[in-house]
Amino acid sequence: MTCLTIYDVAVLGGGPAGMAAAAEAARRGARTVLLDENTRPGGQVYRAAPHGFRMPADPDRRAGEALRAELARSGAEVRTEHCVWGLGGGPLVPEGSPPEPFRIDALHAGATVTLAARALILCAGAQERIIPFPGWTLPGVIGLAAATILLKAQGVLPGRRVVVAGAGPLLYALAAKLLAGGAEVAAVADLATRVDWASTLPQLLLRPGLLARGLGWRAELLRRGVPVLGAHTAVRAEGGDVLERVWLAPLYGVRERAIACDALCIGHGLAPATEATRLLRAEHRYDRAAGGWVPVLDSDQRTSVPLLYVAGDGGGVRGAAAAPASGRLAALAALRDLGRLSARAHAIARWRARAERWRAAQAGAAMARLMSPPPSLAAVIPPETVICRCEGVTAAEIEAALADGATDVNQLKHFTRCGMGPCQGRLCGEAAAELVARRLGGREAAGVATGRLPLRPVPVDALLGTFDYADIPVPPPAPI
Amino acid sequence: MFDAAVIGAGVMGCSTALHLARGGMRVALLDRGAICREASGVNAGTLTMQMTRAALIPYALRAYEMWLRMPEWSDGGTVLAAACPGLSLAFTEAEAAMLEERARLRRAAGAPIELVSGRQARAIEPGLTDRVRLAAHCPVDGFASAYLTGRAFRPALLAAGVALFEKRPVFGIDREAGGFVLRTGSGPLTAHRIVLAGGAWLEPMAAWLGVRLPIRVLVNQLVVTERMPPVLRTVLGVASGLLSLKQYANGTVLIGGGWQGIGDRARGGLAVRAENFAGNIRLAAYALPALRAARVVRAWLGLEAETADALPAIGPIPGVEHAWIIGSVHSGYTSGPYFGKLLAQAILGAEPELPLFPIDRLLAREAA
Repeated sequence: MTCLTIYDVAVLGGGPAGMAAAAEAARRGARTVLLDENTRPGGQVYRAAPHGFRMPADPDRRAGEALRAELARSGAEVRTEHCVWGLGGGPLVPEGSPPEPFRIDALHAGATVTLAARALILCAGAQERIIPFPGWTLPGVIGLAAATILLKAQGVLPGRRVVVAGAGPLLYALAAKLLAGGAEVAAVADLATRVDWASTLPQLLLRPGLLARGLGWRAELLRRGVPVLGAHTAVRAEGGDVLERVWLAPLYGVRERAIACDALCIGHGLAPATEATRLLRAEHRYDRAAGGWVPVLDSDQRTSVPLLYVAGDGGGVRGAAAAPASGRLAALAALRDLGRLSARAHAIARWRARAERWRAAQAGAAMARLMSPPPSLAAVIPPETVICRCEGVTAAEIEAALADGATDVNQLKHFTRCGMGPCQGRLCGEAAAELVARRLGGREAAGVATGRLPLRPVPVDALLGTFDYADIPVPPPAPI
Repeated sequence: MFDAAVIGAGVMGCSTALHLARGGMRVALLDRGAICREASGVNAGTLTMQMTRAALIPYALRAYEMWLRMPEWSDGGTVLAAACPGLSLAFTEAEAAMLEERARLRRAAGAPIELVSGRQARAIEPGLTDRVRLAAHCPVDGFASAYLTGRAFRPALLAAGVALFEKRPVFGIDREAGGFVLRTGSGPLTAHRIVLAGGAWLEPMAAWLGVRLPIRVLVNQLVVTERMPPVLRTVLGVASGLLSLKQYANGTVLIGGGWQGIGDRARGGLAVRAENFAGNIRLAAYALPALRAARVVRAWLGLEAETADALPAIGPIPGVEHAWIIGSVHSGYTSGPYFGKLLAQAILGAEPELPLFPIDRLLAREAA
């Protein structure tokens, strides 16, 4: 790492939290770099259309453009199409050594780019949670958030006749977008009841704009005669080679109904993406209402690791509106900790961001609570259902491993290969952990998977570069 | 009171406990974590003679048979051990000389190793690079899925009557008339005999008995690829021992060889060293060019123990009657089940089939 430029601040992830964090840090004079794997910054909610595409404006797109413009003005170096696969340095040093600058390895244009930074702000966002059910691996079944990305980026519909199921406000946002895009929405099945939704009203009233949009989506569904089923869940997806129908059932009842469709968009909320904080050995805690395991953060977004910060949904799901303020707070804390901001300037700068974060996070937290799936969902997974689709591990195999004495999610992985495939548990981890938790008495007891490199699968070719045999630093021979 | 308490449920501890119990003893097996979750569960599963120290070849050959037949002696428990030929490669003149020397020593110790040309090596392993100058071919080679080790041992241990205490750390040992009292995380446990089987943690464990046994901690890195079409039908290594490469039935390729990462006893295997991560993968792809098409999905680390002379610590603990130790074996996973069996023979009062490795040579004893 000797001849690398060392940035003051590196921001990983160009969603709302990351764009605001990088802009704030750069604007205040810190040498700042933002890395994102997409072609343009924006993240998921504020996703930009690809170069050459134009999409109609909506409130999300306007908020995204404003942040992109702020980022562009700030002087932060923006590196798009950089997929970060490696992190090192920081606390990951030999015993007794002082902490090092963070090392960041990213895949770009088929090769590895390595950067270094004194402070690291992780804005990795969240990933979709799907609690498996029979047929969930059929072509035509797609994540709620994944379908939203298809629509947002390029106006692509997941199907012609679509069932939308799962939890949270995304159900209604997506259903309305599907209708606007020309698809037929056959039904919306919401895990929550009207009472659950009503309980979020005090928080939603703090965000009248959001509330109005939500009510608008509901009204549009009503107007178009889309059946909206509260306290319902998708219990089965069926079809030959592709999806043909979905069976919906009430949570508290037995009458199932089949609905013919060619796409099922389903999601059971979001889970914070903690691969990087686990890799860097930050302290974590389990918080079901915030989406699952989250890094322990102070009120300025500091993790337990010096000079490591988390902003946005990666620190607990609070939604896109709360993310920029958390990003700014993280940037301010980083500058303060680097000695580039006086205590007084820090105190002045952060009060507004804190107030903004608080206001937006109220509604975000209410939505996150609504999206946290009840443990009963995992309890009814039939034994033959595949949980880990990379490795083809079924619920029955997981139960057998638990009966054979697997003591936590890491041991379960050893016993079954669940989570050992290319997704490294990103898709199956939540469901598998719920099954372990049922046996061991809670998610805390079930534990959290050890974070390891690479953060995303990385082509060997990109790691190799060009080299001669003589360049390989082969260590001294093992004893004979 | 147990007849014997084995502390450390890795492959050595499990095998010792199993064979003691089958020999009629009432055995407790304790671990601060879960069964076989440290080195025994995260190693490369290499069952090769060509990375085994020459002095250990007779043991490794017997252990190899045990691994391949594990379901027969472990109540069906399996690590999916597979037999295949092994090749150790030399790319330079100096490496060729090292390979010849090492092959000779291992052959003298009983490993059926023969030197072959690069072209012959490619006939055995068509995916090899054409840069091979010389190769050592051993028909007795193979590999296991190390992550299955705990699950493989568990039913046999329970069936043999071993009392398995996972997540029960031991903090110290007191001697009392007729045995030992283990101070554990959930109350004392008494036993007539103790066996220390704590891998990289043997040094602090020996200190419980006032015995100073210096042990170096190696932090070995491992890398695994996504599933890929068949590219490898042998176990590949290099003359220096710094590569182990194999493809499992599921298509994943495991890249190891003992390149060092960052970690220690307190924090475990913490992180790869960037230059060693890249170096290890470069060496692997140099030997097997088809690896360029793979994707790496995970790198991890495990702690290996090494004594001052890099030979095992297996035998009685001098000056402490009825206390035994087992561990610090190079390629310890390969030989592990057999070493446990041998130590159990000695503890049960029989003459072990092959000699143990008493630790008197390694000790700096302090006043107890």
